[in-house]
Order: sequence, then structure tokens, then C-alpha cells
Amino acid sequence: MAALPLAFAGLLVSWAPAVLAGERRGMSIAWVPSLDVSLSFSLDALSLLFSLLVTGIGALVILYSIAYMEGERGLGRYYASLALFMLAMLGVVTAANLLTLFVFWELTSISSYLLISFRHEEKESQESALTALLITGAGGLALLVGAILLRQVYGTSDLGGILAQPGLLRGHPYYGWVLGLVLLAAFTKSAQAPFHIWLPRAMVAPTPVSAYLHSATMVKAGLYLLLRLSPVLGGTAGWQGALLSIGTLSMLLGAWRALRQRDLKAILAYTTISVLGMAVALLGLAVEQAVVAALVLIVAHALYKGALFLVAGAIDHATGTRDVAALGGLALRMPVLAAFAALAAGSMAGVPLTFGFLAKEAVYASVEAWPAADLQAGAVILFLVAANACNVAAGIVLGYRVFFGAGRPQAAKPRQPSWLMLLPAGVLGGISWLLGLVPGMLDGVVASALAAALPESHGVRLQAWHGLTWPLALSAATWTVGGALYGLWPRLLRLPPWPSALSVSKAYDGFVHQALPGLAVRVTRAFQNGSLRNYLLTILLVAVLVVGGALSASGLWAVPVLSQEGYTWPEVAMAVLLLAAALAAAVARTRLGAIVALGAVGSLVTLVYVRFSAPDLALTQLLIESLGVILLLLVFHFLPPEFGEVASKRRRGADVAVAALVGLVMGTLVLVANGVQLAPSVAEYYVAQSLPLAHGRNVVNAIVADFRGFDTLGEITVLASAALGLRALLRLRGKGRGGRR
Amino acid sequence: MILRTVARLMLPILLLFSIFLLLRGGDLPGGGFAGGLVAAAAITLQMVADDAAAARRLLGVEPQALLPMGLGLALVSAALPLIWGQPLMTSRFVHLALPGGAGFELGLPTLFDLGVYLVVLGVALLVILSLAEEEE
Repeated sequence: MAALPLAFAGLLVSWAPAVLAGERRGMSIAWVPSLDVSLSFSLDALSLLFSLLVTGIGALVILYSIAYMEGERGLGRYYASLALFMLAMLGVVTAANLLTLFVFWELTSISSYLLISFRHEEKESQESALTALLITGAGGLALLVGAILLRQVYGTSDLGGILAQPGLLRGHPYYGWVLGLVLLAAFTKSAQAPFHIWLPRAMVAPTPVSAYLHSATMVKAGLYLLLRLSPVLGGTAGWQGALLSIGTLSMLLGAWRALRQRDLKAILAYTTISVLGMAVALLGLAVEQAVVAALVLIVAHALYKGALFLVAGAIDHATGTRDVAALGGLALRMPVLAAFAALAAGSMAGVPLTFGFLAKEAVYASVEAWPAADLQAGAVILFLVAANACNVAAGIVLGYRVFFGAGRPQAAKPRQPSWLMLLPAGVLGGISWLLGLVPGMLDGVVASALAAALPESHGVRLQAWHGLTWPLALSAATWTVGGALYGLWPRLLRLPPWPSALSVSKAYDGFVHQALPGLAVRVTRAFQNGSLRNYLLTILLVAVLVVGGALSASGLWAVPVLSQEGYTWPEVAMAVLLLAAALAAAVARTRLGAIVALGAVGSLVTLVYVRFSAPDLALTQLLIESLGVILLLLVFHFLPPEFGEVASKRRRGADVAVAALVGLVMGTLVLVANGVQLAPSVAEYYVAQSLPLAHGRNVVNAIVADFRGFDTLGEITVLASAALGLRALLRLRGKGRGGRR
Repeated sequence: MILRTVARLMLPILLLFSIFLLLRGGDLPGGGFAGGLVAAAAITLQMVADDAAAARRLLGVEPQALLPMGLGLALVSAALPLIWGQPLMTSRFVHLALPGGAGFELGLPTLFDLGVYLVVLGVALLVILSLAEEEE
């Protein structure tokens, strides 16, 4: 199973020279040609970079899972969901059409849901999976609306076509909407405040899933979207303000909260939020160096955070706990794991010659290039140093304290992790150092990816060591503060918790568990109150309001409604009899009388159909009438023979008024509809085509079974569901009675 | 006794009539809906003459089993054209010759109509039989 993503990664690498030379590899399958929606994919450098992360880390995670998930139930489901996610994520980063991108974007949310709820018997898994699905799903809907608006502006949803005219959107009145919706999608997916709460909760997923989806790849989809659309959306004050503020907020919030956690995976989750926020803020700076820094940061983070998650999983697997306070001195028991963890944690803390160091230097250097007031730049620097210092402290906790710290001695001898479980973390940690030493390997792909996000860029030269520059001074400050924070760490853990008024998590739970169900209960009580009379009144009044409103708004009242043709006496007689029968049905005192009167109405309507040569309708009406009488008789068996008195004269009066109003509006509607011709009649088409196309002379039947067969399919489905519903209700009633006996 | 005898005599006639309605729907008044209703009336007549259990025996299957059959048939007839690359619900016909020079057009709409017939029959009998049994 791991061979497939590995082979794919190899294929991507073999394509890389051509892609970096500017060649586009792609394919397109027509999907809904009538709406110009196609499943189209294209591979450029930006896609290549993300695809390599998805397939490479995917292969390692699958190898790791073989050891980690051994003996679990539902492994088929696990690997199937993982493969689905990999496919979906590749679809997101290679989509060449906005709607294709949306479909795969949603697929990543769904596969993430399936993986978070892998242990679906547990309440916590269900809740966490639902939180992630609701938040990222809402973002997905925002993306859909944004994509539709973009399509309105550009006349196409093809990304190539949209990116070819980058300036068009910025001057368009839709710009604000598109920006807001796309940012909503990106921020929910990349766990930015205040939508970040799903990510720490998602940690109930099996650890390989956390490593893969919730740190290395899926949460980067939001960043990918921002990078991809930045030529169209970026460069405005709105873009800059939103990205800088939300990114900085998430960066600081995640960094601070990370230091308050005792669970290894929770620490990793909050630092992930922090790094994602940093990348978002960098994209907000919108200068070339900042975009390069964001790209480097994304790669560096995917490598070291993926590795550290895998290490955390191995520790959990070996010792049975992820509580940092209960862990310590593991290096003696598991030296190889300790070495691999140190590799990755070194990159996280930004030790020189690691890729993480390079990322941090690039981040600091980019602020230098940012043309802003000193005060603003100073504030951004301060925030970046603070967040990075927290990351350093967390790195020390993960890479040093757990393995070398003086923790409590382990009660039981830990199980030795197998090589399959160790190697993936070692590979990722090793690459973190390899890239830190020879970062020039990435020059080409980062430069081309940069060009995709920022068309007027100049190329990239990544260096392992920049000399004694002021970013290095900032790095030194970061290590100092980080070291101090690590010293204070035991005290930080004991600080009082976050005030609950500020907790997004509590607000979310309140909304989902109390406000929303409460509203549902109130709405249900208001409308589903069990009174047939109220149901009827609601339906009829709404119909009158909508139809009557539309009629009066259109001014069609004025159309001369009654045709001037004469009426023959049988027609007049039928009309009079119909009226009399209907009136009799309404005033009948007994139910039997009402049935008889209704039967008379039905038979008279049949006569009307016969008179106006609609034999099909007449036949059907007659049959329905016969079966209807039987049905009514059966139903009336359960009801008293006489109608009960309606409570008051006033209610009766109101009923009569509503009935009259409904009759008036619907009657007018029929007459108006008959008198107005808005479009050429379809009747002639059906009559003319019935025999040649539908091979039948019966036009009505040709319409029902052929021309408008789709309607009929819907109708019989409704009919069948209604009958099943009635059957279920009757059974329920029987059961309730049986229970009482 | 008279009703029971008449009902028994009427049954084959009514059922034949319902199939006749179904098949002639292409050219003359009739079709799946009307045909299904006549068939339902035929079975209901047995119920009135005898009881619900007798009607059920006569039907042979549970009325609710007719619903997926009918819906499935309609759906298959609608989706079949997809197999030969045409849009959903594109109709196709074959001419079925009967001895003596007669014959009729048999096509996907006929199959679709048969689905309608089964659903209508199922719905009507499901409702009527359930209510009648509730009464007993």
C-alpha cells in the first residue's frame, strides 16, 4: 500500500525538471459540459511542492501505520479512508478548475471526518469528528459560493483563465465578497482563530492520522488556496489586514496555549496552529521574501511536525501515556527514538543547520523587506519572536525533557518500538537536516512555486548560513527567550485556566449543544403543534400570501380573464351543480353526507373533463374517485360519525374567510394563467412530437411517461414514501396501544 | 355470497383490463397510473367481498414490496440509455408484431409505465390494506 504513493512521488520527481522548466502537465475530463464544469488537473511547481509532501509523507505514514495500528479493528476502513484522503488532497493541490478544487476540498473534510471518528464507538471521537466536519464544511460552502462569484466575474471557473487576468477582480464590486469567502474557507481549513478549535479536538484520531492530515498536509490546504489565489486576491489593504491580524492572532494564541498542555499531541496541535498562523501572516506581508519564507516554513513544518507526531505515537505505543509530566528519561530505554526525536525537535527549535533554522531566518528576513512603518514592523518582529520562542520551548519539552529529563521512572518496561515505527520519523527528521545543510536542492521548486503565487518575483537562493546578520541576532533572542520559557514551563502549567468568557470552544459547544437544539425545539413547537387545522391554515395562508403577492406584484389582475366565447347550457349546468355539491360538502353535518357530496364533486369534475375532451384525466379521476371513497370509509371508521362542533363562532368565521380567500386567489390564478401567454406554448410541440418521438398517439401518456418522465419518477417516489410513512405511522400506533395494554 | 361470486368473476376481467389499459396507454387513454388503479380496485373488491387477508393472499407479495420493484423498474428504464451513451431517459422502441397483422410499439417508456403501474398498485393497496387491517 505504501508503494503506490511512493511510486507516485517518484513519478512526480521524474516530472519535476520539465515542470520547473515551465511545462504544464495536466488533463481534463468533461463533467457537466452544459455548465462548463470539468474535472481538470494541472501540475505546476506549487502543485508539485504540495503533491510531493502529500505522497512522500503519505507513504511514510502508511508504513508507520502498519506497525502502529497492528491488531486494531477496522483496518480496512482505516486504510481506505487514508487512501481516499490522499486522493482528495492530491486533487485539491492539482485542481485546475475551481469547482474541481471545491469537490476535492470537501472530500478532504469528509475523509478527515472518517479518520477522526475511527474509534467511532467513543463519544469523544464522534463529537470531535463532528466539530471538524462542521467547521471545515462551513468553510467549504464559503469556498463554493466564492468560486461561483469568481465564475460570475471571469465567466469561467478554469483557474488558468482566472489567473491570466489577475487585475480583473480587484476592481470588481464582488472583490470584498470573494475575498471574505475564500479567506473563510482557508482559515477554517488551516485552523486559524477563531475556527482553530477543531484541530486540538481532532487529536482523538489515531496518531498517524494526526501526523499526516492534521499537521503535515490537510491543514496546509488553506495555505495552498491562499497561495494559489494570491495573484487574484492579494496585494490589497483588505488582504493584508485580514491575513496579518488573523495570522498573528492564531500564531500567538497557538504558541501560548501549546505551553499550557501536558498531552504530547495537544502540544503538537497548538504549535501547529501557531505555525499555520505564522505562514498566514507571512502571506499577508505580501512581499517576495515573505512568500518564500512561508513556502520554506510549510515544508520545514511538514517535515519536523510530521516526525514529532510519529515520535509521540511511538512513545504512546511504548509507554501507554502521552502525559509529559509522567514521562522522562526515555533515552536510555529507546535511544534510537530519542535520536530521531532530537533531529526533528532540533528543526522545530531552529537549531542552526536544520531546515527549521533556515525557515526562521527567512521569516525574520522577510520583515526586513516589508515596506511598512517601523512601529508596525517592530510589532510584527516582536510577535514573531514571541511565537518562535514558545516553539523553541515546546521543542525542548518534546526533544529533551521527555527523553533526557528527570521524569518519574517508568513503572513498566516500555515496549520497544519496531523499526517500521522508528524509521519514518527518522527519515523525516533526517530530511530536515539534509535540507538544512544543502537547501540549494529546493531553489528551483521554491522559485517556481513563488512565481505561481507572486508573478513578478525574482527567483530564490536558499543558503544554509547567512553570516552574522540581524535575523541571526533575532534567532539568538528567540533561543534565549525560549530557554527561559522552558525554565518557567512547570509554572506555566500551573497558571489558572483561560477565562471561560474568552473560550471559543465553550461558545461553540453552547451554540451546537444548546442554542441550536433550543431553536429547533421552539420552531418545531410553533409549527408542528399537532393541530390539523393549524397545519392547514399555515399552508393555505402561505400559499395565498405567495401566490397573491406574486399576482398583485405582476399586475396581472388587470388582464381580461374570462374569455368572451359563449357557454353552452350543459357547461353552465355542470358549473352550478359543482358549486352546489362543493357547498354541500362544506356544510354537511355528518361525515357520510360529506363523502357523498365530495363524490358528487368528483363525478362532476369527471364530466367536465369528458366535456372538454380530456379522456385520460376523466378516466383517472373516475378511478381515483372510486378508490377514494373506499379510503374515506376506511378512515371514517376511526372517527365519530358526526363532525364535532368547532370551538367558537369566531374561529368558524376565520375559517370561512380563509377558505374564501384561498378560493379567490387560486381561481384568479387559474384564470390569469389561462389568459396570459408568457412564452410560446409547449402544447403544440408535444402534440406534434408525440408520435415521431414518443411513438404514441396519446399525448398525455407521452408526456407523463416520456417527455416529462423525470417528473413522474419524482412523483411516484413521493407517492411511495408517503405510503411507507403512513404504514409506519399505523404500526407505531399499534405498538403504542400494545404497550398500554 | 352474491358479492363474493361476482367479485371472483370480475377479478380476471379487471386485471386483464388493467393490463390492457397499461399497454394501450401509448395511443389511447390509459397508461400505468390508470392501469395500476384498476388493478388496485380489483384487489380491493376481493377485500370488500371477503377480508383483507384474502386480498393479501391474492396479491401474493407484500404491497410494500411492489414499491421498490416499481421504482427500480422506472429507474432502470430511465438509466438504461446511459449505458449506450445517451442522456438519461432517452427513449427507444421496438415494434412487436403480433399474429394477424396487429402489433404494438414496445419501448423504454412502456417499461417506465410498468414501474408506475407497480408503484400505484403498491401504494393504493398498502394504504387500503393497512387501514382495513387496523379496523379488524
